Amino acid sequence: MPASLDHTLIVMPALNEEATVGDVIREVYAKLPGVRCLVVDDGSRDATIAEARKAGAAVARLPFNLGVGGAMRVGFRYAQLHGFDNVIQIDSDGQHDPSGVPELLVALETCDLAIGARFAGEGDYSVRGPRKWAMTVLSTVISGVAQVKLSDTTSGFRASGPKAVQLFAEHYPAEYLGDTIESLVIAARNGLRIAQVPVAMRPRAGGTPSHNPFKAATYLGRATMALLIALLRPRVSASESGVTL
Amino acid sequence: MSVANYIFGIVSALIVLFIVIEMLRRRRLRERHAVYWLLAGLLGLIIGIFPQVLAWAASLVGISVPTNLAFFVSIIILFFVCIQHSSELTVLETKARVLAEDIALQDMRIRDLEEAAATGK
Repeated sequence: MPASLDHTLIVMPALNEEATVGDVIREVYAKLPGVRCLVVDDGSRDATIAEARKAGAAVARLPFNLGVGGAMRVGFRYAQLHGFDNVIQIDSDGQHDPSGVPELLVALETCDLAIGARFAGEGDYSVRGPRKWAMTVLSTVISGVAQVKLSDTTSGFRASGPKAVQLFAEHYPAEYLGDTIESLVIAARNGLRIAQVPVAMRPRAGGTPSHNPFKAATYLGRATMALLIALLRPRVSASESGVTL
Repeated sequence: MSVANYIFGIVSALIVLFIVIEMLRRRRLRERHAVYWLLAGLLGLIIGIFPQVLAWAASLVGISVPTNLAFFVSIIILFFVCIQHSSELTVLETKARVLAEDIALQDMRIRDLEEAAATGK
């Protein structure tokens, strides 16, 4: 897919990822020739910016921490300003394999938003307990809203086509879990076609996923609330000009 | 009710009104944030001067102890003040977010322009 790689922007939200961000950028450039890479630094206190610049990525520096949602909207707005058609979000901790990107781009030919899903057959990522229930509830409800079967709604490995970039440049939510759950609800309600692509995930380079049952239960509660509020909110549209408050 | 008690109520309400109006005058408080405090001060002053108004209003809504109505109205006013503050905070956070995003994008533009200018010379 070299043709569409030219019009594709890889956006990496990064918070204190100096250990991994350089390698991830170099891997992206090696596996995806012709692609542009934007690292959005979300108020890091370490050498993330220097490492990213050294690896050859464009770096947008947020003055303070906004969360993944805020960082991603910078990416969408940058893409809109510089004429990129597609935006692909990749985590800067190295858990997403850039070799999944061409498959996401193929999916974008028939849909507007492609989610790289962890449980769709590939990879060895597994969770259990309340966190798994949370993911099941989320995927069931959001599959209903989006009218397509989605199994991994909280995946941060996703590709947005031109329609999605235009919508998200204005309406990408910054709240907790807004970047995953509410953004899907917004996309589905605006008639964007959503698809799921199986991708392999690598274990996170730094830190281990939490299996603390209390944290998982809190996650279940907050995720359910985020979903309910997202469903209660009035519709938004991309026709308005500029970023709305 | 003793005279001291009567005067205490009126003076308290006047102090509230004085503080709010003085802060408005010195631009330490915007009108939109002062509305509920002015309302509370005025209600306190009216009830301080004419305590029978409170008893009448309480009997009107079927509250047997008039002070309970005073407490209820106070809590309602405080509730509205808190909601207004939470809402303003949300608006300010949203504005700060947009400003932060704009700064990040402008910062990139300036860097690009500086680099272009440096290599052009």
